[in-house]
Amino acid sequence: MDWSAIFLTIRLALVVCAILLVVGTPIAWWLSFTRWRWKFFVESIVALPIVLPPTVLGFYLLVAMGSNSPLGRWYQSFTGHGLPFTFEGLAIASVIYSLPFAVQPMAAAFSQVDRNLINASSILGASRIRTFVRIVLPLSVGGVVTGFALSFAHTLGEFGVVLMVGGNIPGVTRTVSIAIYDHVQALDYAGANRMALLLMAFSFVTLSITYSLNRRIWAVWPMHR
Amino acid sequence: MASGNSATSGFVARLSVRVARRASNSFALEAEFEASAGFTMILGPSGGGKTTILDCIAGLARPDAGRISLGARVLFDSAARIDMPVAERRLGYVFQNLALFPHLTVEQNVQYGIAKMPAAERRARMMTMLESFRIAHLIARKPNEISGGERQRAALARSLVTNPAILLLDEPLVALDNATRSKILDDLRDWNAAHEIPILYVTHSPEEAFALGERVLVLEGGRILAQGMPQDVLATPRHETIAQVVGFENVFDATVRSIAEAQGTMLCQLDRSATRLEVPLGRAETGVRVRIAIRAGDIIVAAERPHGLSARNSFPGRVLSMRREGVTVIVIVDAGGATFEVHLTPGAIDALRIDAGKQVWLVIKTYSCNLVEPSPR
Repeated sequence: MDWSAIFLTIRLALVVCAILLVVGTPIAWWLSFTRWRWKFFVESIVALPIVLPPTVLGFYLLVAMGSNSPLGRWYQSFTGHGLPFTFEGLAIASVIYSLPFAVQPMAAAFSQVDRNLINASSILGASRIRTFVRIVLPLSVGGVVTGFALSFAHTLGEFGVVLMVGGNIPGVTRTVSIAIYDHVQALDYAGANRMALLLMAFSFVTLSITYSLNRRIWAVWPMHR
Repeated sequence: MASGNSATSGFVARLSVRVARRASNSFALEAEFEASAGFTMILGPSGGGKTTILDCIAGLARPDAGRISLGARVLFDSAARIDMPVAERRLGYVFQNLALFPHLTVEQNVQYGIAKMPAAERRARMMTMLESFRIAHLIARKPNEISGGERQRAALARSLVTNPAILLLDEPLVALDNATRSKILDDLRDWNAAHEIPILYVTHSPEEAFALGERVLVLEGGRILAQGMPQDVLATPRHETIAQVVGFENVFDATVRSIAEAQGTMLCQLDRSATRLEVPLGRAETGVRVRIAIRAGDIIVAAERPHGLSARNSFPGRVLSMRREGVTVIVIVDAGGATFEVHLTPGAIDALRIDAGKQVWLVIKTYSCNLVEPSPR
């Protein structure tokens, strides 16, 4: 069993989820409440990773991070090394790749919150942030949990983007799915099977927990403050 | 909200509203009115613009033009480009669906608007408010664990605990039975006797409007048809639409002569008339002045003295005039000095051979007589 690949994958998924919490929540909040006429444009960009082949996404991310792009050069001048084939580069690529899986369930849940509750909160003098934290977020736990579980599971299993941006460096960018590919290339079907089974079981458990939490979301929520 | 913790300072911030707002090609709101302390009822059919007015005052809807001020504070002024954010307007607004936060307890709901206060003061304020609305025993419950009337009280307490400069109520009591409703209104009146803020109360029920309001404002199709004291609004020249909106073509001032408690009725003498009407028992005693409203379509006309009727009121009158409007014939009848407007079909006119000058009998059921007595305060 390739434990370093397993730990790397879990670490990557956790880092990606943490970044999505910071980046994805405001995007979802904005998407569910803006009346901007070009909103559909942003929605399409956010949803693009769902339909694009991972190799296409990976290719452009690689180009964008490379030392010929402004972004790549800027990052290099900051840290002294490039983004491609590093854990950081892989994390950034994964955030973009998993963005729709976090944003869409959250945006759906936010827009289901009764507008009257949001208005009532403003009338009672609450700021937009307080309204979000005290009213919208608690009433959308289901969507938030789903968003993070989906992006976590999705990051665990990504392959194309990892291969394009991260390559195959043990301990740095060699995730479980790459390791499985390696095993198969080496005709080590038993090794591939062990890791594939693990990944499948883990994803299944993650989804099961999410759905069961969603089913009894009100049973677990009566938290006092 | 932190600035709202001073006690009432003795003067009342007067609400002054002038708004124009075009919502669609077919509907535009254009209204101008003022409201001082006490109940101002906004009466009208649904789709008439009642809620839109409240939304403009609260800042949830934005007028195309106009000015809204509350005492010295300007909430909105299109000319001066002022549009105060909702959160800074310091008003109370109870929606039709109440909008209690479902995941918070009654205690958390009521404290929501005073979160910036020191904890001890916040709790004291909340308890005072909950006690005056008789729900102090429910603080740990969630909105879905209490009754409709209790939810209503919680929503009022949540708004009033912030010491709002004005209270907006959008048909808040529509889902409640009469007994519960009048108890809640009594508590709200008691509260306002001490605080004296303007309360705008939207309703589509004429009975409610005329029973509660110190002032009534009739709104239809985005325009104010009449405004003023209830009796003034009713006395406005018989404008067709007002009668339709208000729902009563006949309104009489009267004095209670006798009360039959066991029957649940009382006998009232109409002013300047020999006619007496039996009406449902109201909150009244002998000698008390009441106002009775009757729909023109609820009055039955007989060509001869009727016999064996369940209706308790039947008295003779003389037809003064008749005119036809569409499929309705409007008949004006003088009965012992009181003038009644009666609506009949052309067929009925023919069958009874009714003509100006003819003697007829009017028949009115006790429960067709609506008491809209002016409130004691």
